[in-house]
Amino acid sequence: MSDPTTEKHYVAPVNTETISVDAIRIAEKPSNLWLDAWRDLRRRPLFWLSVLLAAVFLLMAVWPTLFTQVNPRAGDLMYSNEGPAPGHPLGYTFQGQDIYARIVWGAQTSLSVGLIATVLSSVIGLVMGALAGYYGGWLDSLLSRVGDIFFAIPYILAAVVVMTVFSQFRSVWTLALAIGGFSWAATARVVRAEVLRVRQADFVMASRALGQSRFATLLSHVVPNAIAPLLVVSTLGLATAIVAESTLSFLGVGLGGSIVSWGNDISQAQAALRIAPMALIYPSIALTLAVLAFVTLGELIRDALDPKARALR
Amino acid sequence: MLSYILRRLLQVIPVFIGATLLIYFLVFAMPGDPILALFGDRSPNPALVSALRERYHLNDPFLVQYWYYITGVLQGDLGVTFSGRPVSEVLVDTLPVTGRLALMAIGIEFTMAIIIGTISAMNKGKIFDHVSLIVALVSIAIPIFVLCFLAQYFLAIQWGWFKPTVGADNDWGGLWLPALVLGFSLYAVSMRLMRSSVIDTLNQDWVRTAYSKGLPRRRVIPVHVLRNSLIPVITHSATSFGILLVGATVTEGIFNVPGVGNTLYQAAIRGEGPTVVSFVTVFVILYVLVNLVIDLLYGLLDPRIRYV
Repeated sequence: MSDPTTEKHYVAPVNTETISVDAIRIAEKPSNLWLDAWRDLRRRPLFWLSVLLAAVFLLMAVWPTLFTQVNPRAGDLMYSNEGPAPGHPLGYTFQGQDIYARIVWGAQTSLSVGLIATVLSSVIGLVMGALAGYYGGWLDSLLSRVGDIFFAIPYILAAVVVMTVFSQFRSVWTLALAIGGFSWAATARVVRAEVLRVRQADFVMASRALGQSRFATLLSHVVPNAIAPLLVVSTLGLATAIVAESTLSFLGVGLGGSIVSWGNDISQAQAALRIAPMALIYPSIALTLAVLAFVTLGELIRDALDPKARALR
Repeated sequence: MLSYILRRLLQVIPVFIGATLLIYFLVFAMPGDPILALFGDRSPNPALVSALRERYHLNDPFLVQYWYYITGVLQGDLGVTFSGRPVSEVLVDTLPVTGRLALMAIGIEFTMAIIIGTISAMNKGKIFDHVSLIVALVSIAIPIFVLCFLAQYFLAIQWGWFKPTVGADNDWGGLWLPALVLGFSLYAVSMRLMRSSVIDTLNQDWVRTAYSKGLPRRRVIPVHVLRNSLIPVITHSATSFGILLVGATVTEGIFNVPGVGNTLYQAAIRGEGPTVVSFVTVFVILYVLVNLVIDLLYGLLDPRIRYV
């Protein structure tokens, strides 16, 4: 094989340059699922728009005083339901509180409930789904039946029960626990299906053949390769958890009225919908934009991670 | 087919028991003594308290209490509401209204999903497709109660196309506004499913065959493409029935539709724990039953499912 003339084993038509058919472009960066997805995403304006929107809301949650100096709780009935004034761009609520300041401070509540609930439901879903899919057998039957039970209870209704029963303990944490603790079943199903697929891969068998234990193989090879759909489900889950928080606050079983949150503000403004609709519409717009940002991100990431979906565009 | 039905029925039993057990456990874990709560601030007679505890089986272990509860539920005894009416009696009055609303909403959802999804699929990558994607994302992102208020404010109060609340006028004609809102809040996911399913079907050999034997488009699309693209949409409607129930609760509450959802909404707003639990249980039972029925129908439609 050292003779350079015999190295070319490819028989091409006489006038074809071999290199143009057979060459592997070594200079090209190695490609994988995540890199492909990133290359696809960074060319889409909608992706950057939703990233920007999500970043603004995250910044609002982490550092509200960057956006406003007004105290969201300070109410002056002199200004009840009044329109915009200098320094108060969106006007006042029925209680004479600054609507803009309440929206800025409400981001913190909504996003923290959403994030805690999503992390919780992702972790439970990942553990249940990975164990069920990887080990199979009786453990799969058991965990999948438990998942079916949680799947049979719409999680907002379950959270309504939890928050009604434990009405003395209403806080960001209990609300997030109630939402996260009942919304993991769908995540578990997605993770299980993906783990079932990855489990068949050659690298899993190779890892076992090299002497790694089953559990170590699960952690180091199966889970990292099954994480892509979880990322999508979690991003969309963050959006639905934010909606759930506001829906529960609206139903009067969410956070107590003293906590600044979009759901509470919308719920309080509904009584005066006919005379002061803006007190309801502005927090609704904030809520919708925040959810829209995460829903769009989730959909675009799903699209980018799935070559079949890319063909559908 | 019979073995498929039996298998499916057997699968429902553990889900039913587990779901009711879970809800019952939450109530069991409720802090505070329910009997003492009956007496408010007064200190009750100990003999009366123990008699009441005996009567409501409160001294029995958790599973025995659950047994009394679930046998009652199976015999149609779902407890009483806060005002003392039996839940089953309330259901007789309210379920038909919610049923009408749900049917109308699902009808609107399917009509929108099928028409918009098909047009999007046939115009893949064009303006219509992009606009419909953006509208769908907005529909997913707007929480249902915000949508209700916007519809109530603009369509009813400002422009006067509908009445702002439903109340006693709850026959098919009176439910248009809440049904439209509920249908719009649900259509987006079905529409996207329909779109990708139609794109998939359009590439099938039988569609090419249909065109090449000279059939016009107006026959190929409805008969050959649509019918074969509907299955994912129908499957999705089963799992999204839970979202429909939550949506109905909020919609009925805001538009004052006298349905099951409104009863749950009022109970939640007033913090009436036991009523909330009874009606959530009703919803969970409904959800499990509807999924069972759709699964059985699905087995009837698609023979492959029966043997999985």
